[in-house]
Amino acid sequence: MSTATPGTRGNAPRNYLNADYGWRSWLFTVDHKRIALLYMVSITFFFVVGGFFAMLMRIHLIEPQGALVQPETYNKLFTLHGVIMIFFFLVPSIPAVLGNFLIPLMIGARDLAFPRLNLLSWYIYIVGGLFTLYSAIAGGVDTGWTFYTPYSSTYSNTQVTAVAVGVFITGFSSILTGLNFIVTIHKMRAPGLTWFRLPLFIWAMYATSIIFTLGTPVLAITLFLLALEHLFHVGIFSPALGGDPLLFQHLFWFYSHPAVYIMILPAMGVVSEIIACFARKRIFGYKIVGFSSVAIAVLGFLVWGHHMFVTGQSIYAGLIFSLLSFLVAIPSAIKVFNWTSTLYKASISYEAPMLYALGFIGLFTMGGLTGMFLAALATDVHLNGTYFIVAHFHYIMVGGAVMGYLGGMHFWWPKISGRKYPNGWAALAAAIVFVGFNLTFFPQFILGYLGMPRRYAFYPAEFQVLNVMSSAGASILGVGYLIPLIYFIWSMRYGPIAEANPWGAKGLEWQTSSPPPTENFTQMPVVTEEAYAYGAEEEPSRG
Amino acid sequence: MQGLPIQPDQASTIARSVDHLYFFITAITLFFTILIFSIIFYFMIKYRRRSPDERPKPIEGSLPLEVLWTAIPTVIVAVIFVWGSSLYFQNSEPPPGAMEIFVTGKQWMWKAEHPEGQREINELHVPLGRPVKLTMTSEDVIHDFFVPAFRVKKDVLPGRYTSLWFQATRLGTFHLFCAQYCGAFHAGMLGSVIVVEPDQYERWLAGSVLGETMEAAGERLFKENACVTCHLSDGTGPAPSLLGVYGNTVHLTNGQSLIADDAYIRESILSPAAKIVNGYKPVMPSFQGQLTEEQILDMVAYIRSLGKTPEKQEEGKQ
Repeated sequence: MSTATPGTRGNAPRNYLNADYGWRSWLFTVDHKRIALLYMVSITFFFVVGGFFAMLMRIHLIEPQGALVQPETYNKLFTLHGVIMIFFFLVPSIPAVLGNFLIPLMIGARDLAFPRLNLLSWYIYIVGGLFTLYSAIAGGVDTGWTFYTPYSSTYSNTQVTAVAVGVFITGFSSILTGLNFIVTIHKMRAPGLTWFRLPLFIWAMYATSIIFTLGTPVLAITLFLLALEHLFHVGIFSPALGGDPLLFQHLFWFYSHPAVYIMILPAMGVVSEIIACFARKRIFGYKIVGFSSVAIAVLGFLVWGHHMFVTGQSIYAGLIFSLLSFLVAIPSAIKVFNWTSTLYKASISYEAPMLYALGFIGLFTMGGLTGMFLAALATDVHLNGTYFIVAHFHYIMVGGAVMGYLGGMHFWWPKISGRKYPNGWAALAAAIVFVGFNLTFFPQFILGYLGMPRRYAFYPAEFQVLNVMSSAGASILGVGYLIPLIYFIWSMRYGPIAEANPWGAKGLEWQTSSPPPTENFTQMPVVTEEAYAYGAEEEPSRG
Repeated sequence: MQGLPIQPDQASTIARSVDHLYFFITAITLFFTILIFSIIFYFMIKYRRRSPDERPKPIEGSLPLEVLWTAIPTVIVAVIFVWGSSLYFQNSEPPPGAMEIFVTGKQWMWKAEHPEGQREINELHVPLGRPVKLTMTSEDVIHDFFVPAFRVKKDVLPGRYTSLWFQATRLGTFHLFCAQYCGAFHAGMLGSVIVVEPDQYERWLAGSVLGETMEAAGERLFKENACVTCHLSDGTGPAPSLLGVYGNTVHLTNGQSLIADDAYIRESILSPAAKIVNGYKPVMPSFQGQLTEEQILDMVAYIRSLGKTPEKQEEGKQ
């Protein structure tokens, strides 16, 4: 379909990377692919910063009395680790990098619906990020990423307002990105690309965008009210000022629980693409997998109260929230069963992206199943606020979302950069990440059951063995993350040139050259089949 | 370093039943994790790509399978939901006749006050085998009262009362953690729950240095703060008599009525204008900021003692 052919170094055909040079061509670009790369560099920076804080925490916790820093400093470390990883890495990761890059390519469009708005989103994100980094340098913040009142609003004397403003600003970036994606997916699909021919990645991005646009404003309002009370002592959340101490938690979790699905749904979309390609199979139960994304997005708005079972909320409210939380488990289980069944009578090859995708299924299964302990009222009472929670959400967010992001980066890297990375190193890194991850976070399930509360700068000695295991695992995990960073950078210059469709995949994005030209397709693609037509009747394609 | 523990002490009447549910969910988790991993490994080997030209037959999906693997998880989560909820409901109401202790959290300590007047900090003495109900509040931020060995946890909130109960089944000293992040020394907000034989507990109570029960302290505060000037016991003052109020129905000027409980008494001391008793004028000043949380608890204890009608007091003595 594409007229572009893979070129050789030196006289490469015109593409989005060599179309223009110089910093202006990047900072003023409205090309969704270049904006995706701006995001990629920014979120990688924040991932390294957040990972650095995590490393300091794990070193600190090797000793029961704390090996490294004062408790006040430790409190700032876990707060900034959470704030940066969630708002500046995980939330934008797959949507802003892979979503930005791939949505127009996958639906056969030239760009997103609002290219300038897209660039504005990145600038808003950067301004929010700078506010947060400023607060880290100017004394830090110690409230935990959850900013619970009245501690945050009236007791903490750290940079609460600066961080709240940073997160508030970044929220607008999410809202605008979500809006852009929704309009693009509705209005700009290529002729013949009906809803049920869309790749599941697009379904996942659509569901995520709904949460972006509906949930983020609530977070913005909440943080605004928090800043109002912190700065001007308007009584909203603090009982001493006439406020309600639990109101903040209701508002905060109304966004922040759906935010978990902002992080995991895109990863599910990525995994669907990868499994279909490397199993050469249509995703088993395509429609059900697509609709389960939407079901998760909708139900995700109704479960915030499960964060508050021990706050003294009505036991009947607890009952309802417990029931709804269990309901969310069902579409997630359905997805796992469908991915697994896709492998049945397939033709499976084990390149690096597939290893990440399979790792995702394993870790997400464990993360999802351990959610049942927390949805069940009687066991949640014991486990709430302990390391069990920490382990559970890291299985979802790191085992799930980060594995998905890395899988997606490995899958689409040839398309993004036009280069290949060394597959052996990539497979090794995937194995190291899987092992290191489990070593880090599995002991934390046991720590939580034993009763060790989270956010403890020092702890009773009987918890030490498990903490040391966790810290040892974290060092392995760190190495696992470092290796891809090195070979991705290496491959940009020295990697072998990638062909248009190195994996023999079916999506529209593989029908244009690697890297794609600025206008994505030299001629308007017309879609005549579904996204996963890896059929026996097909002609064998190159490589 | 100590060995590798994998289970917390079971030291309360509910610990065992919570653990049973915990083990059940663990079994389900293990079963499905192993199932999914095994199937994936089996398929990975059986259906590995043998030649680059391999084109497997497309499979659409299977409605019966989708129904099956929607129904099975639904049944399993329904079982866990019902089990977890019924256990939680059983565990949320203290049995009648539970003894009461009052707990105040503040950065970064736990203060406990026994009705007999004994006070302690970062320790909580309780008798073995008797249900104990804690009424808790915070002087500053949100804390959380967590005793892993008892499998109980409840947030301790500023400006309102929360409660939990337990019945210890083993003698010994158990960790009391704060499980809600509360500032710089959150990790140092550590206490011990000390379970002793009932007769030893009585002896410990008798060793009170203050020699004043909570009710007596409340009565003293009631006089010192001039409450007694308006709240005349015969009901002729500008404020209602507090005899027989606690635990009984109170009718308000807005036509509503309520049962007077700890939270209502507390609110009426701090925000008297919030709920006005029918037939009276909103003339009472607020005592916000003039009483500590412990003093308010003392006053509540005193007003509660006035609430018992003479017959009930007789019952109480038997």
